[in-house]
Amino acid sequence: MSGGTAGAERRRRAAARGQTHLWAVQRVTAMLLGIAVVVHLATILFAVRGGLTAAEILGRTRGNGAWLAFYTVFALAAGLHGAIGLRNIAAETIGLRGRGADLAWLAIGLVTAGFGIRAAYGLFA
Amino acid sequence: MAEPASLKVSVWRGGEDGSFARFEVPARANQTVLDVVTTIQREFDPSLAYRFACRVGMCGSCAMTVNGRARWTCRTHVRKVVGEDGALELRPLANLPVIRDLVADLAPFFDKWQRARGVFQPKDAPDGAVPEDFAVVPPASGARQEADAGIECIGCAVCYASCDVVAWNPDYLGPAALNRAWTLVNDVRDGARQDRLDAVAGDAGCHSCHSTQSCTERCPKNLDPSSAIAGLKRTLFWDTLLGRR
Ligand code: HEM
Ligand code: SF4
Ligand code: SF4
Ligand code: FES
Repeated sequence: MSGGTAGAERRRRAAARGQTHLWAVQRVTAMLLGIAVVVHLATILFAVRGGLTAAEILGRTRGNGAWLAFYTVFALAAGLHGAIGLRNIAAETIGLRGRGADLAWLAIGLVTAGFGIRAAYGLFA
Repeated sequence: MAEPASLKVSVWRGGEDGSFARFEVPARANQTVLDVVTTIQREFDPSLAYRFACRVGMCGSCAMTVNGRARWTCRTHVRKVVGEDGALELRPLANLPVIRDLVADLAPFFDKWQRARGVFQPKDAPDGAVPEDFAVVPPASGARQEADAGIECIGCAVCYASCDVVAWNPDYLGPAALNRAWTLVNDVRDGARQDRLDAVAGDAGCHSCHSTQSCTERCPKNLDPSSAIAGLKRTLFWDTLLGRR
């Protein structure tokens, strides 16, 4: 193997490693979402019993660290999972691939998660 | 199913931009799709190109697209695929370049077996020499059973032609090459495990598979490449998570 193709092969393997990590993140976040969605739905069912008022909600969420932690993990999982999923769809349908695209998807996932975390923090603080 | 008196056969002629030629072929009892193609070539058009060798489902060379679906033609009875109208449409295998008529170019398919490190690499003799002693491999061991499950592949490319991900991503190694890699990952005599796992990881490898199982559904040998690919993903997942790679 010449130096050039050996270098190309090294780069391909490094890229494949990154892609494997994205895949692993999507599966782990899918598992987290599976749990989080159930907890979220149960919380909704519990919260709406006997009507819903802003004061009631804030009473439960203000200063509740466990609540904030749960929704932070939920938002991170949803943001990353959705973005990696859209990355796969974009690669297969419009051929959008490559390191630049991957970094952009990662950024989109984190920004999406950021919106969720900001909303949760608004109810916490 | 009522048997039609004659078959109306549309056969792909030419290369990628070819077109169908139509033939009316007498229907015979128990004939296979390959028999029909041979009849056309012998009695109607000797210039028709197609490929076969063993005619008994061992060599993997006769696969074509039959009425829209990839099949081994030497072991596909006409009666199984033709309706009462007797219409039979034959194309070369999908997802591969067309050489001419019913002959697809399998070079990309087998190049990917190479890329997936589909070659056995003896552990005791990395230079390819014959090892000193026999390896003892208990047939009932889990790894050997995983390997045995995928070992009977005849390289027909039916799975490859049936996989949407191959169509969407020309780099994707495809079900047969990944199935082959999984048999070797489970071969305790093989010494190239890490290298092979590296070769099948990522978007061009097992991680692009959506587990839709067209490959498993269509494999004429009833192999299960989809599960083999799931095995690769599982192995890579734990190796990655536990920092073994
Ligand atoms: C119960 C929660 C969820 C579970 C268990 C789950 C599971 C999965 C799995 C296993 C895949 C991979 C499919 C494949 O490779 O063929 C996937 C893909 C995907 N998911 Fe989720 N998901 C969940 C929630 C969500 C949510 C909330 C979103 C939106 C933000 C989402 C968006 C996507 C997208 C866009 C894909 C890509 C489709 C594909 O690759 O085929 N998922 N999901
Ligand atoms: S299971 Fe995977 S390899 Fe098999 S046809 Fe579906 S996407 Fe292709
Ligand atoms: S896995 Fe099955 S369909 Fe695919 S090449 Fe091997 S024998 Fe043919
Ligand atoms: S001719 Fe050999 S498998 Fe069909």
